[in-house]
Amino acid sequence: MTLLSVDNLTVTLKTVRGPARAVRNLSFDLQKGETLGIVGESGCGKSLTALAIMGLLPENGWAEGRVSLAGENLLDYSEDQMCRVRGDRIGMVFQEPMTSLNPLHTVGKQIAESMMLHRGMNKTDARAEVLRLLDMVGIPEPAKRVGSYPHQLSGGQRQRVMIAMALSCGPELLIADEPTTALDVTIQKQILDLIRNLIDDLGMAMILISHNLGVISQNVKDVIVMYGGTRVESGPTHEVFSNLSHPYSQGLFSAVPQIDDTKASRRRLTTIPGTVPELADLPAGCTFQERCTFVTDACRPTPPPVEEVAKGHIVACLHTDAARAAWAAR
Amino acid sequence: MDSGQPSFWRRCLAHRSFVAGGLLTGILVLSAIVSLFWTPWDPIKQNLRERFVAPSWEHLLGTDQFGRDIFSIIMTGAQNSISVGVVSVSIGMAFGVALGLWASAKRGWTEELIMRASDFMYAFPAILLAIMLVATLGQGAINAIVAIGIFSIPVFARLTRGAANAIWAREFILAARAAGKGKLRITIEHVLPNIISVLVVQATIQFALAILAEAALSFLGLGAQPPTPSWGRMLNEARSMIFINPWLAIYPGAAIAAAVLGLNLLGDGLRDVIDPRLARKR
Repeated sequence: MTLLSVDNLTVTLKTVRGPARAVRNLSFDLQKGETLGIVGESGCGKSLTALAIMGLLPENGWAEGRVSLAGENLLDYSEDQMCRVRGDRIGMVFQEPMTSLNPLHTVGKQIAESMMLHRGMNKTDARAEVLRLLDMVGIPEPAKRVGSYPHQLSGGQRQRVMIAMALSCGPELLIADEPTTALDVTIQKQILDLIRNLIDDLGMAMILISHNLGVISQNVKDVIVMYGGTRVESGPTHEVFSNLSHPYSQGLFSAVPQIDDTKASRRRLTTIPGTVPELADLPAGCTFQERCTFVTDACRPTPPPVEEVAKGHIVACLHTDAARAAWAAR
Repeated sequence: MDSGQPSFWRRCLAHRSFVAGGLLTGILVLSAIVSLFWTPWDPIKQNLRERFVAPSWEHLLGTDQFGRDIFSIIMTGAQNSISVGVVSVSIGMAFGVALGLWASAKRGWTEELIMRASDFMYAFPAILLAIMLVATLGQGAINAIVAIGIFSIPVFARLTRGAANAIWAREFILAARAAGKGKLRITIEHVLPNIISVLVVQATIQFALAILAEAALSFLGLGAQPPTPSWGRMLNEARSMIFINPWLAIYPGAAIAAAVLGLNLLGDGLRDVIDPRLARKR
């Protein structure tokens, strides 16, 4: 059953250089209890997609298209209606656990608030539930920690608190926007394992946003690769990562340092030449044309065709065959 | 707290201008309270046989043209100054903070409207505005206080809106919104507690300005009416005798200066103590 259906989502930001279409015609479906990863570099529109689903776009931005949660278009909802969706039906975990908690309130109070708001719990019940949640997210001695202020906790513990907050009302969908970017690597793994286990146990769907291919490849069933506000490649994670077919995805993958590379010390880190295009004046045609090694004149006038190269594996490129051949021969 | 900072009170005591300001303000408050129950002499009762007595142990600061004990009048005058400060700052804060928070939560044209309206009020010299209001509403202590309160509304509105906007941009606000909290809840639970320290500092400074403004209005005869003791009116009454008995003007002038200085030092000190980062930069 389809839980979330994003159809032709376009997010426009008003900037001094004119309107910038930061997300363009993005469509995807997320089934109940399934996981989706969105990967791409900074500014590719992945966080704005999440904020558009939550109805939390900045003042200068607006969304068009459809974002349907169980059949209802969230973009038509009023602010009051959205307040009832946020935190209750969709939970969200943010990138910066250091600054995502109010320094003036105890963590227990901040977790309890959602449940008192959405579930109408009284203080005593909410406190008991907070203790259960803190225990569930792996915080030792919950009874002691419930009265702690954010600055008394480590980054990893704070992110666990954020997860407890996001899950407190048992949402149908969890959006995790770069949940481990601000944490060091050992904690990253713990947090991701925790999120994945909780998702499985509670039967929630998840959208995991990251610029880290490793994080995406290990934690989600389906993946979308975004570049310049558009989807360039998507499909089942295993299929996409075994047969990367878009020049951008390939470049992103090559740029990951390989620790088992025997000639690692002599090999220079591969990069994608050039910089991300300015969103306010994107080129006509393919957004990746300026940085692509396969580019031809045919790429420039019109957006690339969308092609299904394997079951569910979709690529938006004019030179998919050439790119696939090059990747296989590498 | 394991923040590695010395405790709040310890930092207060280590701050020289905070201590000096606290002492001066303490004396002001103390004399106002004591004068409610006791003054060396009756500050209102005239004694024409003892006019212009020089300072002595009996009359610490001497007597005025009606033979009233100046020390007693100054003590009682502190009541007037404090009530003016408390009431007008309360008026200014209640409306100003509410408007600032509203502007910051709504943004868009609501914010523009509120802020341009306060800019408009801000453009008038405060004391002129107060005189205008008192002239329209009629002279008297209450009207003076209300007028002073009204002209501090835009000060608080601007400050609140600026500080609140900075808080609205913080990540924990986004997290609170993602948890489904409405703007009113976020304003009360997250924004206000985080800007309260800025407001407290501004309140002490606004308090000093209110005392000054009230003295000016009373000096012009638009504030507290006789026989209520008021420092501003004492100055006015001393004006004609300034070359015969200059201390009649010096004492209330010194009292006003001490009160204003004390509150300003306290405000500066509080700002440093509340935000240690600012103090270290100096």
